[in-house]
Amino acid sequence: MSAVAIEGAGEGAAQGEVLVRARGLRKQYGSLEVLRGVDLTVRRGQVVVLLGASGAGKSTLLRCVNHLEAADGGEIWVDGVPIGFRHDGDRLHELREKDVARQRAEIGMVFQRFNLFPHRTVLANVTEGPVQVRGVPRREAEAYARELLERVGLGDKVDTYPDRLSGGQQQRVAIARALAMRPKLLLFDEPTSALDPELVGEVLAVMTELAREGMTMIVVTHEISFAREVADHVVFMAGGVVVEEGPPEQVIGAPQHERTRAFLARVTA
Amino acid sequence: MADRAGAALTRPVDAPGDGELLPQVRIRHWGRVVAGLAVLAVLGLLFQAISRGDIDYASIPALLTQDVILEGLVDTIVLAVVAQAGAIVIGTVVALMRTSANPVLRWVSWAYIWVFRGLPVLLQILLWYNIALVFPAFSIPIPFTDAYLLDQPANVIMTGFLAALLGLGLNESAYMAEIVRAGLTSVDRGQTEAAKSIGMSPAKVLSRVVLPQAMRVIIPPTGNDFINMLKGTSIASVIGFTELIHAANALSSRSLAVMETLLAVAVWYMVVVSVANVGQYYLERHYNASIRPTGTRGSVWAKVGGSLRTPPFMRSSR
Ligand SMILES: Nc1ncnc2c1ncn2[C@@H]1O[C@H](COP(=O)(O)OP(=O)(O)O)[C@@H](O)[C@H]1O
Ligand SMILES: [Mg+2]
Repeated sequence: MSAVAIEGAGEGAAQGEVLVRARGLRKQYGSLEVLRGVDLTVRRGQVVVLLGASGAGKSTLLRCVNHLEAADGGEIWVDGVPIGFRHDGDRLHELREKDVARQRAEIGMVFQRFNLFPHRTVLANVTEGPVQVRGVPRREAEAYARELLERVGLGDKVDTYPDRLSGGQQQRVAIARALAMRPKLLLFDEPTSALDPELVGEVLAVMTELAREGMTMIVVTHEISFAREVADHVVFMAGGVVVEEGPPEQVIGAPQHERTRAFLARVTA
Repeated sequence: MADRAGAALTRPVDAPGDGELLPQVRIRHWGRVVAGLAVLAVLGLLFQAISRGDIDYASIPALLTQDVILEGLVDTIVLAVVAQAGAIVIGTVVALMRTSANPVLRWVSWAYIWVFRGLPVLLQILLWYNIALVFPAFSIPIPFTDAYLLDQPANVIMTGFLAALLGLGLNESAYMAEIVRAGLTSVDRGQTEAAKSIGMSPAKVLSRVVLPQAMRVIIPPTGNDFINMLKGTSIASVIGFTELIHAANALSSRSLAVMETLLAVAVWYMVVVSVANVGQYYLERHYNASIRPTGTRGSVWAKVGGSLRTPPFMRSSR
């Protein structure tokens, strides 16, 4: 992988400062309580891995962070800004979708099913955000997009359409698309779960490289070895609450809770 | 079993599939030959009957370019194009209201579709045309002045063209709303989420990501509707609008060449509809090009020719 620095990562402030703080997050669908008071702190430059069984509420938590889902209660602050709200004196005023979009531009997201735009080329997928949202001149956006695609090992695929790519290649384009916005924070929702086993490694390699360069990341994954090797902090969720959290050596190496142990036994079996 | 397999291995020359490649006899498509002959026979009989009929075919080409007919042709095309274009715009707005989070807009759009799709087009045209009976004049005063932006008797404003345009266009807009809605809902939700995640505003999500992909679903039924619209303009003849049918009636009531005039008009309808078909083909290809980049390129004719050819003979690879 080349040495082009990812702009936005770890920029502007010292490492270790709090970038994401979620407090008392609640969310329910009908009568189903999916998040029941979740707290989460992510420091700048940290990689936080969310573990938990299917249905634990991991995706919902992640989607609240960029307001794809509106929480029913609690707050999320990213880089001093309340997500979905405008901070005015001692009140939070709910934002309109147009203004939420501005907040989202600072937060990248990578989806389990890639969600590349099938009607645009690989290059156009990556330049779409900068050009349409930030108003970056096309030439400049394309130059940076080519740089990013080169980084994720797809420099020769710029003019291809997504359906010509393998799952691993599509996911790497999706990562480049997120990076093109120079985000402060990247969210990954099971980025390798839809991939054939032999393609998982290439995506994890890109993510590992990003982590090394200081990108702040929240990652939902079942790849325990990735969590063990790359995460700074591991959060184990079950039933809409955080059951246990700490450094990977602790949560994965010496889990305190029965539910954590049972989960780890299942996924590493 | 094992014995027989073993035996086969010891006598490879006799095993099926070994040795020389065998000549292959292709399927003969007798059905096509029979169907072709039957069609030729029917066409022959039809041609014979037509040639004996009491019709002056030689007069038709001249009728095609009669001033009245050309005027009717232009009116038909203008009415159909304007009504369809308006219907697409209104239908898109109604579809967006229908899929919006705002319950009032959803209800209004539902009621709109209910009314304008529910009433017969002819009735709608007649209602518009006779609106002067209810509202003798249309006036739009400019607030805080004595002036009027519009102040006209209704029967001056509500021409045959406008009544036909409103009747046909609003009815079609209700159908377009449902077509556009089907297109919008056909686009995967993940697309919207990905677009939002890179910070797109709702308008950008719609115009850059959702609508371009919805087009594949929207265009074919819209093309269908437009062809229907071209033919449906004939209904405006009842209020005296000079589209093709009205023009034909006007002409033949003087010349008495009823069949000849109707056939001339039939030719024009087929020409216009065929042009619309070709237009639709190119639109579809435009919106499919990026979705299926290796899809068929080339002209309409190449595509037609391709579909007429038999599938390539495939040899089982062993
Ligand atoms: N849009 C929704 N409507 C109704 N239920 C939902 C919705 N999204 C998620 N859920 C439910 O919420 C629970 C938690 O979902 P999710 O956050 O996706 O869990 P995880 O990502 O940990 O598997 C699940 O039981 C799921 O069925
Ligand atoms: Mg999930």
